[in-house]
Amino acid sequence: MAQEKDIILRHPKDPSALLDIIRDVQDHFGHVPEEAVARVAAHLKLSEAEVRGAVTFYHFFSLTPRGASTVYLNDSITSRMKGRTAVAKAFEEEAGCRFGEVTADGLIGLFSTSCIGMSDQEPSAIINGVVFTRLTPLKVKHLVKAIKTGKPVRDMVTAWGDGANQSDLVRSMVSNNIRKKGPVIFGPFESGSAIKNAVARKPEDIIAEVKKSKLLGRGGAGFPTGLKWEFCRKEKSDMRYVLCNADEGEPGTFKDRVILTEMPQLLFEGMAVAGYAIGAREGLLYLRSEYAYLRNHLEAVLEGMRRENLLGNNIAGSGDFSFDITIALGAGAYVCGEESALLESAEGRRGEPRNRPPFPVQTGYRNRPTTVNNVETLCTAAKIILHGAAWFQSMGTARSSGTKLFSVSGDCERPGVYELEFGLTVQELLDIVGAKDAYAVQVGGPSGTCLSRQDFRRRFAFEDLSTGGSVMIFGPWRNMFEIVANFMDFFIEESCGWCTPCRVGNTLLKGKLEKIMAGRGSAQDLRDLEAWGKNIRALSRCGLGQTSPNPILSTLQNFRELYEEAIDRHKEFVPDFDLGEASLEAARLTHRQPIMGETSHE
Amino acid sequence: MSEITIDGKVCKARAGLTIAEVAKANGIYIPTLCNYRGLKPVGSCRVCTVRVGGRYMAACTQIAVEGMVVENTAPDLEDMRRSILEMLFVEGNHMCPTCEKSGNCELQALAYRYQIMAPRFPFQFPVRQVDASAPKIVLEHNRCIQCQRCVRSIQTEDGRRIFVPQNRSRRRKIGVDPRLVSELTDEMALKAMDVCPVGSILRKEVGFAVPIGQRKFDKKPIGTEIDEEITR
Repeated sequence: MAQEKDIILRHPKDPSALLDIIRDVQDHFGHVPEEAVARVAAHLKLSEAEVRGAVTFYHFFSLTPRGASTVYLNDSITSRMKGRTAVAKAFEEEAGCRFGEVTADGLIGLFSTSCIGMSDQEPSAIINGVVFTRLTPLKVKHLVKAIKTGKPVRDMVTAWGDGANQSDLVRSMVSNNIRKKGPVIFGPFESGSAIKNAVARKPEDIIAEVKKSKLLGRGGAGFPTGLKWEFCRKEKSDMRYVLCNADEGEPGTFKDRVILTEMPQLLFEGMAVAGYAIGAREGLLYLRSEYAYLRNHLEAVLEGMRRENLLGNNIAGSGDFSFDITIALGAGAYVCGEESALLESAEGRRGEPRNRPPFPVQTGYRNRPTTVNNVETLCTAAKIILHGAAWFQSMGTARSSGTKLFSVSGDCERPGVYELEFGLTVQELLDIVGAKDAYAVQVGGPSGTCLSRQDFRRRFAFEDLSTGGSVMIFGPWRNMFEIVANFMDFFIEESCGWCTPCRVGNTLLKGKLEKIMAGRGSAQDLRDLEAWGKNIRALSRCGLGQTSPNPILSTLQNFRELYEEAIDRHKEFVPDFDLGEASLEAARLTHRQPIMGETSHE
Repeated sequence: MSEITIDGKVCKARAGLTIAEVAKANGIYIPTLCNYRGLKPVGSCRVCTVRVGGRYMAACTQIAVEGMVVENTAPDLEDMRRSILEMLFVEGNHMCPTCEKSGNCELQALAYRYQIMAPRFPFQFPVRQVDASAPKIVLEHNRCIQCQRCVRSIQTEDGRRIFVPQNRSRRRKIGVDPRLVSELTDEMALKAMDVCPVGSILRKEVGFAVPIGQRKFDKKPIGTEIDEEITR
């Protein structure tokens, strides 16, 4: 195992390298073997249990073999709407194993995965790091046949998507689907202009300009960016960090993927501007593992910026501003989009959120003041520095300046990315994307809210519908319960499991939902759903748990009639199990009929 | 020194103390389970949840800040805490009458204090293995409530953890390092058992030294050492 030793030994003996080492081992062996666990533990002076704890937290790491070719088929609702079930069946038939298994010869492993950021081109899958979109059962047959002949997976991509997806360093079949370009993110941008503009001014002026623009965080929470930078700058410390959160895992969102593909330099300049403003020398791009296919492309852009002195020492002749950016990869965990979990993961540990306070601006990456900003936020900040707060405020609404990227998917004619000014109504967006008879619109992903037609007059803005930009559209022929169940499965799988309400509560909620879906619901069950959901929302430790009951709570509110129709309104209470069914086997074995006045289930 | 109120009572708060610590110092009982004296709080069980200005927070992790108005015993809040305890009961397999920790178990004691007759949630009856492979301790995963007390308190001299969370989501469990757990001293094994609030970590080959009925919470309900008014 000499090779494995090299993989491990070439890393520093620093526990923060743990995830990088595990990733190299995983890539090399297809899993993390027992021997490797012991050697990694010895190298980093950790216990083996600590190494295993990190491996088993992340979806794309495994202690057991996942096959020479590992298929991760997206299991989000948009994937299901576009034929995922038939695609999954084709994979199973052609490969000869079920999902969650590896073929007997170890050639192919089939696994489901949470949204991989391709909702506008589903069904999609990642096979050995290569993204395949718009899969059909026929395409799957050809794919699996080719895998069985030993053809490298990357050679199976024969047609590339648009824009930089065609570049030598990406060569991906992924499409950008940029349907509407706006002036902020997709407007004209000259290389180096934002950084040069920034370093010619004082850091305090940069923060003042961003504050004046009223830029609010684009990830969904909407915290004022200028204020965050100011807090960070004011903390006394020898070091500060800029972290870019490129871990967009909310099902239905994919706009950051398009920014990373087409506008990476704008993003990196935004990070440098943030670094200059807060007094940081280092930036880190935390890139979700699903987007690892963009890594070489992003590294090349960083290298180009270093050559042009837009990164490195004495940037753009500033005299004393030095800043550089490195890329850290995730490994499949939605919760790492939560900023303190992202910090844990970036430091090489299980991605479990931290208790706050202290906030990252006080004690963040490597225990130093850190600003964690969304991809779109940093791009927007760069443009604000270039064109001024007044320019930015001329767009949008009074409290929501500027434009927003929307990731539109589901039942519409033109899914893709739209850059639009804040303030438009849901109906206006539906008209633009060609959704003629939308029945329900999920705004902000599963953690957001599910709107019915009466809410289509509401506006996208922080003062009304606050969103990270995920918009999933459902036609009247869709089964809303299946959508809600899919969202709940997502939260159950992606919960870190740290706190009780999120770890236990969501499974209980889903059980209740299944009871109603099976036609065994009563009025009491609806009351329970609401009460339990509100408890989970109030009691959970982080944003994931606090929003995890939203699929149920928001449909209970906006689609109440569906629940009312699904339950037996004449019954106040129906037990969790059917006594008649439960005693069937005993009755059969004893050749006796149970005496029951009434079974709960007609 | 700052001042906060808990259910209207004015409490002096030393700088940097958590709400749970301030309450205790002022003779007010806030139920805790994952929290343990001397260990960094993790806020995992959420049973200490209080309401401050309409917002819910864990009293064990939240630092008391001047002027905070804390609600501790509002009936709806107490019911939410009861729901947490019920979740912990249905999540695992808790058979109190056969458990070595009965009477010393903090989960059981809290269930008595909160007068839980039957949980509102359906039992999950998970299939979990009992791990008796270590020489000095038995790991009864059926009873684990993931408080992480063992994770935080038991380490090797060079700082390696012996008890470590594995997996995520509802599959999350506290695993042990097979090599290091086999090297546990008697003293560490005893500490691990004592620090566990439930009967999830047990010493091998010893037990029931104190008969059931004469144990800590058999004599006085949990919390009475802080809040003497409760005499049920």
